[in-house]
Order: sequence, then structure tokens, then C-alpha cells
Amino acid sequence: MRVCVVGCGAVGSLFAANLARLEDVEVWAYDLFEEHVEAINRDGLRLSGAGDVFGRLTATSDPSELPVCDFGIVATKAMHTAAAIEATAAAFAHGCVATVQNGLGNEEAIANHVERVIRGTTFPAGKLLEPGHVQWDVKGDTTLGPFEPRPAPLDEIERLAEACTRAGMPTTVVRDARGPQWRKVIFNAATNPVGALTRLTHGRVCEDPELRRLVSGLVDEGKAVAAAQGIELDADPEDLIDHAAKPEIAYGHKASMLQDVESRRPTEIDYLNGGIVRFGEEHSVPTPLNRAIWSLVKGLEQSW
Amino acid sequence: MRACVIGAGAIGSLFAAHLATVADVLVLTRRQEHVQELNDQGLRVSGGHDFTAHVTAASDPGDLPDFDMGIIATKATGLEAAAESLSGRFPGAMIMTVQNGLGAEEVVRRHGNWPLISAVTFMSGTKHSDTHVEYILDTPTWLGPYGDTPYERVQELAQLLVDSGLKAEALPDLRPAQWSKLIFNATVNGVAALTGLPHDAHFAAESGEADLGRLVHALVDEGKRVAAAAGVELHDDPWEMNVHATKRGSAHYPSMLEDVDARRPTEVQLINGALVREAERWGVDAPLQTALYRLVAAREASYS
Repeated sequence: MRVCVVGCGAVGSLFAANLARLEDVEVWAYDLFEEHVEAINRDGLRLSGAGDVFGRLTATSDPSELPVCDFGIVATKAMHTAAAIEATAAAFAHGCVATVQNGLGNEEAIANHVERVIRGTTFPAGKLLEPGHVQWDVKGDTTLGPFEPRPAPLDEIERLAEACTRAGMPTTVVRDARGPQWRKVIFNAATNPVGALTRLTHGRVCEDPELRRLVSGLVDEGKAVAAAQGIELDADPEDLIDHAAKPEIAYGHKASMLQDVESRRPTEIDYLNGGIVRFGEEHSVPTPLNRAIWSLVKGLEQSW
Repeated sequence: MRACVIGAGAIGSLFAAHLATVADVLVLTRRQEHVQELNDQGLRVSGGHDFTAHVTAASDPGDLPDFDMGIIATKATGLEAAAESLSGRFPGAMIMTVQNGLGAEEVVRRHGNWPLISAVTFMSGTKHSDTHVEYILDTPTWLGPYGDTPYERVQELAQLLVDSGLKAEALPDLRPAQWSKLIFNATVNGVAALTGLPHDAHFAAESGEADLGRLVHALVDEGKRVAAAAGVELHDDPWEMNVHATKRGSAHYPSMLEDVDARRPTEVQLINGALVREAERWGVDAPLQTALYRLVAAREASYS
């Protein structure tokens, strides 16, 4: 089986390095960060932290070098999905492409260029320490399922999930993968931008009762949009938010969007709160708070 | 006629210097060096006007002779302490408040029975040093009676301000102007503090889905619903004030943005908090203004 990871940042590297350990999987990586690509080809890809892994794979910044692949795993930031899949689509003419990205709209962007699409949500996280070396911060599960308008066949999804699980990235297949996806999106859209706008860690956001009420207001809008589409959340985002606020879990965690704001990088707000607003409009569900937060973070990006 | 200006920031300095051209002016300010410099060098105005005025400054109200007219020009955050320092003194004085937000008069009333004049000012200046203020926007100050203060006294003071070279207008009921400014200020200051944007064209842009002007407009509309419920007919439409202000040549840095950048306490409780409390008092839903208030208050909490 040949797999190409599209976007080999932190999350992409977790998949790439782990899969590369399997005898029966040939791993490729497509990424625009040249030093990272060179380091991977020269020294291999190394993970340390939650797991110490070393994998040999072939990386490239030139999509024409990619061979025909059975699977793609897209792991770019959401704003780069369209460009990345447009560049690499030829490699997946006969394959299936999964997204393990944050936010809403990635499957749609992939389906513009690929026939068989897999909706995915992943919880493992890490960060790029240096070219060729990624810190694995948190282990976690991945859920895959067919993207309804352009579905990959279930047995193919099973084949990818089995390889990921065997490689150390536990992955399950469900018929409707929207539940886990929306649970994560609602969690992220309700907490990430509030941290980014106030500069507070997750725990401090949650212990301010007034601010926690705003978070719940955002969650409620997201739940209403999910319900209008007939999506059943696999867990209540409120419980996840309270769980993460515990000192031993993620009280002191700065949301990735807060880290983006502090380093003045573009955020994924268009695909989180912006995505909830767009899906809300399609299903006539008002989302005034998500819209307000979307505008505020866009304004913040424009101030740089 | 002897006037006393309490608080010598940009607005207080502009009042003091101009009034000193038509009256004896005392300045009460906290720092002894500030007192010394004002007494030694006078107070210079540049920009819209150009002159240096003689004032008598003190840091201890016990050092001040009786005066006829007091103008409390501290920030809302310094109002309580300023009013307390006047307590039990100056029985013949009339006192004017020009703080942002609502409720400044009540704070002063708790400390004495002076006749009160409410005012809102739209003039702006930049303090270059303790003895030098640049007069930037020569927009007017509006004055109105508070409680049973005779309107004639308000008209006299407005005339005195006009004679001193400032723009001023007496209004029989100040609430329409106060509320216009409250809604404008809560919205523009709050959005600027969170986004880091000065009051520029972004605040009036409404064409894109996530454009900031849409949020500003929605915030203003909420504020107008609160004003209507409170029985106040606005003097100016805050949305038009906003659009107009963004068309001036150089973008203004709202004070709440400057405060947040410098990690200073902001006026959020007295501006945004006042509007949200009024919404609660009159039973009007104001979810966006409430969210804005909570976010700025939380941003302030992030300093420590």
C-alpha cells in the first residue's frame, strides 16, 4: 500500500513516521517547507515525546514527483487545503483521500479534485521542533468515515484505518463521521478564539463564570447547526471543555489559535466559527455569536 | 469666576488651558512633579490652537481656595477617588462630569450636594508632556443639567467654554447625547481593544461575510434597542457617527485599545458594563454587547 501525507507538519508527521514503520506501507510526504523535506530525505523523520518513533520515507515539494498512491492523508492547515489538493490530485486519481484536519469545509475542498473522499477527525497533537523532528505531545484516536457526496468505499477506509492502528495511531471507521468531527469543531470554535481574544489559557477562560457562559453560548449555536443537519454528536462538547479545564489535563494550555495570534500567523477561524456560520446559513440556523467571534478574529488578523 | 479642573490628562488639560484665557483656573492633579511643572511653566496648547496658559496647580485639595466651577476630567477609573477628594469642601461650587459611560453623576453625588452638570465631550487631544497638550479634534462638548440644576447655569457654563475658544452646546436633556456616545464608545472601544485595530475603515466595511462593519452595525443596533427601551431618543445615530469618524484622514486610537496595549486598566466597566447593565435593567437581550463586555473584561484580567 502506498500512502502520501499531504502537509507534513506536526499532525502529518505523526501519521507519516508511524506508517513508515510498517513493512507493507510505502510512505510519501508532500510539503512546501524545503528544509523539512530535505531533512526527512537525508535523515528520516523522528518523533519524540509521547512516543519515540523513527521512520524512513520520501518527501518532496514537487507534486510531479509523487507516484500514484492508494491513499492520501491531508494534514495541512485548513486554509491550505485547496491549493495542496489541487497540486497533488493527480497522484490520487485511483486512490482515496482522507482529511485529518481541523475545521469544516476540508472534505468539500478535497472533493473538488478527488473522486473518493474520507471524512476524518484526529486528536493526536504535536509540534515541529526542527526540520525532520516532531514532538509528539498527545496521543489520541482518529475516526474515519465516507464523505457522503463523494464517498470512498468502506472497505478501502477499513484498509487505511487498519494500517494506521497497526502503526500505533488507533483509528476507527464509522458510517457517519460527522459526529466526532462536529464535536471537535464545536469544542475548538467555542474555546480557541476566546483564548485568542482574551489571551487567557483554557483553564482561566473556564473559571470565569461570565466568560464560560459565552463559551456555552457558542457551543449552543454549534449544537443547533449540527442538529439541523441530523448530526448526532458522539459526546457533549461541554463535558470536553470542563474536562480539559482540569489542572491535570489542559488548564494551562494556550489554544493553538492563541499561539497563532501571539506569533501573528493566520488562524483557522474561517474553518471553525466561519464554518459554523456557513453551515448555519445553509440550514437557516442563526449563529450571531459565532459570527461576532469570526469578525473579531478576522479584525485581529487584519491589525498585523 | 474661578474654575478648577480635577484631573489633567488630555481632556482636563484642554479644558484648563482654554478656560484660563477667560477665568482663574486651578488644576488638581495627583503627582507632585506634575503640580510643580504646571506652576513653573504653565500649560501649552498646540495643534488646533496655539498658546500657553497660566494655571495654579495643587495635589492636595486642602491647598485650593474656593472655586465656582469644578470640572472632573479624570478617566472613569479615577472618578471615585477624585470625587472623594472634594468631599466636604467647596460648598459654593457647581461640578461638571465628562466621564465616558453612564453614572458619573451618581458617583459624585455620593460625595457631596454640589449642583451637577452632565457633559459628554467629543474633543480630543494628545498629551505630549505634563505641560503640553495638542488639541486634535475641535468637536464639541455637550452639557445638560443633572437633577434640579437650573438650565440657565448650564447655558452660562456652555457660554464660558465657547468664550474660552472651545466648542460647546447646552442641551436641556443630555441623555440623548450621552446615550449616543455610550453606544458609540462601547462598540468602537470594545472592538478596537479586542482586534488591535485603530478606528479605521474596517469598522465601516460591510461587504464581506466576516467584515468587521457588520459586527459593529449589529452591536450598535443592540445598543439602540436598549436606548429605546430606556425611553431615550438618541441625539445622533451611533452607526453614522462611526462611519463618519472612519472617514477622517488619520485613524484614531481609541483609549481602550491604548490601555490594553499598555496593559492598563480600561474603562470597560463604566462604558460596556454600563450599557449591559442598562440592557438587564430594561429587560432587553443584548448578547453581542454582553459578549464584547465579557471579552474585554477578561482581556484585562489576563494582565495578571
